[in-house]
Amino acid sequence: MADLYRVTDLRLSLADMTKKPLFGAAPRIEILHGLSFGIARGEVLGIVGGSGSGKSTLGRVLVRLLEPSGGKVEFDGQDITHMSEDSLRPLRKQFQMIFQDPMSSLNPRRRVGAIIGAPLRLHGFDDVTGRVARALDHVGLPRGFRDRYPHELSGGQRQRVGIARAIAMEPEFILADEIVSGLDVSSQAQVLNLLSGLVRDLGLTLAFISHDLSVIRRLCGTVMVLQQGRIVEHSATADLFAAPKAAYTRELLDAIPLPDPDQVWA
Amino acid sequence: MSFLSIRGLSAVVKGGPRLLRSVSMDVEAGEVRGLVGESGAGKSMIGKAVLGILPRSVEVVDGEIWLDGVDLLRMPPGERRRKVGAVAALIPQDPLTALNPSRRIGRQITDRLVDILGWTRADADRRAVELLTEVHIPDPTRVMRAYPHELSGGMRQRVLIASAFAAEPKLIVADEPTTALDVTVQKQILRLIKDMQAQHGTALLFVTHDLGVVSKVCDSLSVLYAGKVIEQTSVREFFRAPAHPYSAALLAATPKYTDPDAGLHPVPDAVIAAVRAEVEASEVRHG
Repeated sequence: MADLYRVTDLRLSLADMTKKPLFGAAPRIEILHGLSFGIARGEVLGIVGGSGSGKSTLGRVLVRLLEPSGGKVEFDGQDITHMSEDSLRPLRKQFQMIFQDPMSSLNPRRRVGAIIGAPLRLHGFDDVTGRVARALDHVGLPRGFRDRYPHELSGGQRQRVGIARAIAMEPEFILADEIVSGLDVSSQAQVLNLLSGLVRDLGLTLAFISHDLSVIRRLCGTVMVLQQGRIVEHSATADLFAAPKAAYTRELLDAIPLPDPDQVWA
Repeated sequence: MSFLSIRGLSAVVKGGPRLLRSVSMDVEAGEVRGLVGESGAGKSMIGKAVLGILPRSVEVVDGEIWLDGVDLLRMPPGERRRKVGAVAALIPQDPLTALNPSRRIGRQITDRLVDILGWTRADADRRAVELLTEVHIPDPTRVMRAYPHELSGGMRQRVLIASAFAAEPKLIVADEPTTALDVTVQKQILRLIKDMQAQHGTALLFVTHDLGVVSKVCDSLSVLYAGKVIEQTSVREFFRAPAHPYSAALLAATPKYTDPDAGLHPVPDAVIAAVRAEVEASEVRHG
C-alpha cells in the first residue's frame, strides 16, 4: 500500500532565544536532525521519547503547524513541506489533531455541539448537526452532551469531545499528542479502547505521541523512538518489545515502574 | 501511638459535597505509605489536611490528626503551624509553580530554616549546599545563586526535595512528585526520594495515581474512592491479591508493557456502582 506520509531528511531549526545577543539575530538551534520515514495508510504509529526529544515538534510538522527548514514532507502524494497557508487550507481537513489538555484546547465558553461543529462549518460541510450527532455516537457520548459546556464534563469525557471534533471531519490522518497522560488509568483504558476501535472502524491512520511505552504497546503497530531529534529506532511494536535494538529504547523500557513489587528496578 | 495517626477525618466543601469520609490511617516512623485513587478520590486532601494547607473552600467537620503525639485539630492555628513546620514538610507536584521565579534557589531553601527555625544565615547556607550535593546537583554553589528558570524540570524537583529534607522533618507529604516528569527522570527522582527517606528515616505519605510507582517506593498503601478508604494493606499483599474488587479493577486497568493485554480493562461499571453503594451505605451508618 502506498504511504500516506513520506518524510525525507526532515530538518527543523528555530531561533535560540536563550543565546540571542542584545543586538542582532539569534543563533539557530536544530531540533530535528534529518528524519526519514513513511507512514502507511491505516498504520498506527507510536512516537516516543523523553522531554525535549522532538516528538511533539515532529507531530506539529506532520500537520504543518510548523514549517520545516529542510527536507521534504509529502502527504498523499503532495509536497506540503513549504505549502502556503492558502493552499494548505483545503488539505487541513484531511489531517486533524487531538491535543494533550482538553481543558485548554476546548473553548470554555462554547457548548460541546458548537465546539465539534466549528471546524465543520469552517470547511463548508453540509448537515453539521447530523455530523456532530454521529461524532458523539462514535466516541460513546450521549447526543444530549452537545448542550453541555466543557467544565461540566470529566477529564475522560472532555478528551472524547476532542476526539469527536477530530473524527467529525472524516480525516485521513489524526495526530494524537499525549492525549491520555492526564487521565486516570481507568479513563485511560477507556480512551485507548475507543481509539483502537475508531482506527479499525473508520480506517484511520494515526500517529500517537506518548512518553509511555506501556500505552504504545496497547495501541500501536509500529513505534518510532526519538532521542534529541534523531530516530534511534523504528520497528514493529512486537519486535521492539521483544528485542529493543537501541540502548536508549532499553533505557526507556527499564525506567517504567511496573505494578509489581518484584520487578528489579536497578 | 503511630507517628501520624488520622482518626475518623471527615471534610466537606463548604456548603457542598463530602470530600473525606471518616478516614483513618496510621503512618509509623520511617514508613512509606502510598495514597492511591482516581482524581477526586481525596488522596491529595489527606496530605493537605495533615499539613494544614487545605484550600479555604474546604472545611474539616470531624476527626483527629495526631502528629508526633499531639492532635493538630485541637491546637490554636499558630501553635499548629509551628508544630507542623518543625516536624513535617511537602514535596509538591509541579516543580515549576512551587518555586518563586524571582528569587534565587539558595534563598528558597534557607527561608524556612532562618525564618521559622531561627538558624543563622551562614549555617542555613552551609546546610543548603550540603543538601544540594546530597540530591546530586552538580556545582551546588552555583545553583544556590541561580533562578528557577535556569534549571531543568528534574533539577527543580531535586531542589524541592532538598528543600523538603532541609530541617530534618520526620514526615514528608509527597504529592504526585513525578507526574510532571518523563520516565527516565521519574526513575532518578523516585530513587532519590527513596534513598533520602531511608537515610534520614523519614516517614512518607506518598500521593500518586500510579500503582507502578507505589510498587517501587511504598511499604503500605491506602486505596481511596470518593473520599473513603476502601482498602489498607501492605504493598506486597496488595499486589499479590488485592482484597477489594475496586482495588483489583484499578490494578487491572494499569498498563504493563511486559504484557500486551494488560491495562485495557477500564474499571467495570458494576464495580463502580458497587463501591459507590458501599461508600454511601457507610455514610448513612455514620450519620
